[in-house]
Amino acid sequence: METQITISDKPLNIQSCIDWVMSPQSGGIDVFIGTVRDATKGKKVVRLDFEAYEPMALKEMEKIAAQAFEKWPVQKLLIHHRVGTLDVGEIPVIIAVSCAHRDAAFEACRFVIDTLKQTVPIWKKEAFEDGEVWVAAHP
Amino acid sequence: MKVNVLAFGIAKDIFGGSSITAELDGNTTAELKKSLEKTYPRLKQLASYMVAVNSEYAQDNSIINETDEIAVIPPVSGG
Repeated sequence: METQITISDKPLNIQSCIDWVMSPQSGGIDVFIGTVRDATKGKKVVRLDFEAYEPMALKEMEKIAAQAFEKWPVQKLLIHHRVGTLDVGEIPVIIAVSCAHRDAAFEACRFVIDTLKQTVPIWKKEAFEDGEVWVAAHP
Repeated sequence: MKVNVLAFGIAKDIFGGSSITAELDGNTTAELKKSLEKTYPRLKQLASYMVAVNSEYAQDNSIINETDEIAVIPPVSGG
């Protein structure tokens, strides 16, 4: 079970994430890159602020990784999440998964991002031209 | 019992700071929530919120000690 799970306030590096999950035993690597979009429901987004409860977020991401290793024959799994202020086009999250065969890599990668969005204590605030909103806070 | 409570995301806005002291009758998560909602009624307007004890999600009947690290976890939105 080889994992690399980090939270950082520095820009994330796509290539180094891919390089880390590469292995001679892998037949496929799946990468999910989350990027800051310029609009939400037709409203222009000017930036996003990300905040994490870091020790717990790392713990919860480790749990997700452990579940992925249980469900699929994953070789290496990486989750890098950024915190701080991000402009449109910047990268808040990179997930990279290597497996012997592609099906497991696709499924595990999707599972990791979907579960991260449900359980990991990280929050984003969208800044619009006329104010700011914590995403998902209100019904 | 008095406990220190960490706040993140919108909970930080509601509490007006990244940590507060809460006074509760009893020693469970449910009683903490009751006390917090009384002092900060805006908590009740959230879609939901959880309490974490020592950086693990707690259930309503979880026991809290004064020395625990307690945090209010509003709806998460990472990724």
